[in-house]
Amino acid sequence: MAGDFLSQALIYLAAAVVCVPAAKKLGMSSVLGYLLAGMLIGPYLLGLIGREGQDVMHFAEFGVVMMLFLIGLELEPAQFWKMRRAIIGLGTFQAALTAGLLFGLGMVFGLAWTTALAIALALTMSSTAIVLQSLKEKGQTQTAAGQASFAVLLFQDILVIPVLAILPLLAPAAVAGVEPAHHNLLEGLPAWLKTLAVFGSVVAIIVAGRYLIVPLLRIVAKTRLRELFTASALLVVIAVTWLMEQVGLSPALGAFLSGVVLANSEYRHELESDLVPFKGLLLGLFFLGVGASINFKLILEHPALTFGLVTGIMFLKALVLYFGGRSFRIISDQNLLFALGLSQVGEFAFVLFSFSRQLNITDFATTDLLMAVTALSMTLSPVLLLINEKYIDPHFGIRQVTTEQSPDHIEEKHPVILAGFGHFGSTIGRLLRANGIEVTILDFDTDRVELLRKMGFNVYYGDATRLDLLKSAGADEAKMLIAAIDSPETNYELIRTAQKHFPHLRIMARARNRFDAYELIDLGLENIYRETLYTAVHLAVDVLENLGFRAYTATRQGQNFIQYDEAALRKLAVQRHDVKQYILSVREQIEHQEELLQADLQQNLSESDHSWDGEYLRETLGKNPA
Amino acid sequence: MADNHNILILFAHPRFERSRANAQLVRHIPRSERITFHDLYERYPDFNVNLAHEKHLLTRHDIIVWHHPFYWYGAPPLLKQWIDISLEFGWAYGPGGTALTDKIFFNAITSGGPRQAYTREGHHQFTVQEFLTPFRRTATLCHARYWPPFAVHGTHRIDEAGLLEHARQYRRLLERLLDGDFDPDKVQEYMYLNDWLTQTQQ
Repeated sequence: MAGDFLSQALIYLAAAVVCVPAAKKLGMSSVLGYLLAGMLIGPYLLGLIGREGQDVMHFAEFGVVMMLFLIGLELEPAQFWKMRRAIIGLGTFQAALTAGLLFGLGMVFGLAWTTALAIALALTMSSTAIVLQSLKEKGQTQTAAGQASFAVLLFQDILVIPVLAILPLLAPAAVAGVEPAHHNLLEGLPAWLKTLAVFGSVVAIIVAGRYLIVPLLRIVAKTRLRELFTASALLVVIAVTWLMEQVGLSPALGAFLSGVVLANSEYRHELESDLVPFKGLLLGLFFLGVGASINFKLILEHPALTFGLVTGIMFLKALVLYFGGRSFRIISDQNLLFALGLSQVGEFAFVLFSFSRQLNITDFATTDLLMAVTALSMTLSPVLLLINEKYIDPHFGIRQVTTEQSPDHIEEKHPVILAGFGHFGSTIGRLLRANGIEVTILDFDTDRVELLRKMGFNVYYGDATRLDLLKSAGADEAKMLIAAIDSPETNYELIRTAQKHFPHLRIMARARNRFDAYELIDLGLENIYRETLYTAVHLAVDVLENLGFRAYTATRQGQNFIQYDEAALRKLAVQRHDVKQYILSVREQIEHQEELLQADLQQNLSESDHSWDGEYLRETLGKNPA
Repeated sequence: MADNHNILILFAHPRFERSRANAQLVRHIPRSERITFHDLYERYPDFNVNLAHEKHLLTRHDIIVWHHPFYWYGAPPLLKQWIDISLEFGWAYGPGGTALTDKIFFNAITSGGPRQAYTREGHHQFTVQEFLTPFRRTATLCHARYWPPFAVHGTHRIDEAGLLEHARQYRRLLERLLDGDFDPDKVQEYMYLNDWLTQTQQ
């Protein structure tokens, strides 16, 4: 058995390690990488894993459970309240309209109304796992599309609770005799009792979260054993999952609920950081499972039906979302991202489908087909986003440039290009503008671009690492490029592109920290600005002043420190490639720094400053009387 | 002159925390609503002198003291920075520059070397008054009066008692200026304000 487990693990991990970086390299999200890896090793292509793909899938659903627990944890009631309009408004709009339309179509196609309703509700769900993962990877969680997506997904996640509660009521009366796939405690109970049990367990989780789990965590935290805390975090999630399965409910929902309950506890961040790696791995496994479980045989048997269903459903969902987004005033290209992003059928559909099948609301053939459709739409979804990002979205952004600006503005080329107009870049832009220096700004947050254009800034929307965008922003004639993008990786990419194609540009780069600065030094940059250095020194100088140091002395100490630290940075950047020497020299540097600080303490400033030091002169003269 | 005066002390010392002499002098400045002690190195450690604030202070005072250690025959750099920025063209001097007319300026200095060193025959070959010529001309260019300096010489060797004597003299000087207990024309006849004080003591 152990050997079998090892070979299985070998296949899964190898597939992930090969496919995910390959997908990233091609500019796709990791989700698509996992899905492709799953298809590759699945029973219909390489056949490395067979039917047990289904079991793996079941195991990997635990990743979704954990993700929902973490989403719950991150959801403070205050934040929830702030987003209430989007969650309730946009969420209701999407769910009601999509489910309504799908239900109508189901009836048209001659399904029983109970079946049609169950299917419509399941298909309404979008994939939290795929969407949030993609948004996070692309750094779009804070954009209008990101926020709207989160709101709708959250509403759907909550909607699953009542849907799961209602499904038993839709079950045909004759179901009692048929044996279900899962064994659970609710077997054979009348429908109203099942519904009651559902609500009962929800209440149980809320109560247990507050009065059982938090005190338990408090005891565990006192032991100060990190691994024990991780164990308890896992225990909480597994216990909730087990409990939910016992009563035949979605573990994901239970986890989400317990997450929300624990969001206000003092252990929120510990729980989060302990579970995040597990979540990532298991979600990867989940996507692998989805990929592997796609029944290619079924698809090949009914290709027209399957693809018709997939495109039809995704088109309908996207359309509803697009109109929802428009009525909630999301601007056009953000709205497209939002509508396409949520157009797939999500992982909750698997849960709802299998539950409906257990309840005999849907038959086996239909369920299999719908599950294939769901998996296929999940696979298509990242591809769709990729197409949007590469071909549709840039087109949109550039068209906006040409239509919204006066012609003379476009022709104007500024000597300074500023890439990234977040908190860091905007400070630079404002200071330069206050001094009459206009800059060309590159940013990929469409909301910000809108605002900046209104303020009369020359803004180009899009991915600053793209050569054509840099060209149209006037990189050929510009003198300086300020690389101030939030993500260090994107910044490196921008710098590499600029160095290669516009070697005349002087590059001023933002570095997030010391290690980021090392990378920039390796790229051969001279002008590197660590955001963690100047602010921290400024604060320390103020601390010195508040402790009674003379302001001028404290200021000079701060300036000296910056000089010293930048010199040390350059020195270490060269040495760090030899790891052993790096460790050694870090220690040396610390010792050096200690000596330096000691020396500073004894004579306050360096030797050249003795001329200002009345006491030093007195002492020296006292030793050598004239 | 018997009317009330307001005194602005522009204190410039880059290492005040290590100066025994100036610590004593500053400690002896009388507490008065009409004396403003303006610690330049504490206020402008970045040398970014605030013009509007300085003009406001200059307007509200009529006796201005440049209080500083005597470094390299002049003042520490921030005081020069203060002069460059605060004595604005068209305000302090030049066409329409009358804001400082008839105000009184003088230097209050500490020097390591003794008084005899600042004579024609002494170590430094010039008098302190000669070394202070740029300050004299700066003040008179602004239509202000320039008085002889108050000086504490020989701070390298002076003992606590001697220092205390000078500090008390500084206090006495400021008190008399506050009260208008001086004849402006008489004051200008002395080499040092220290001498004026000792010779006109009641």
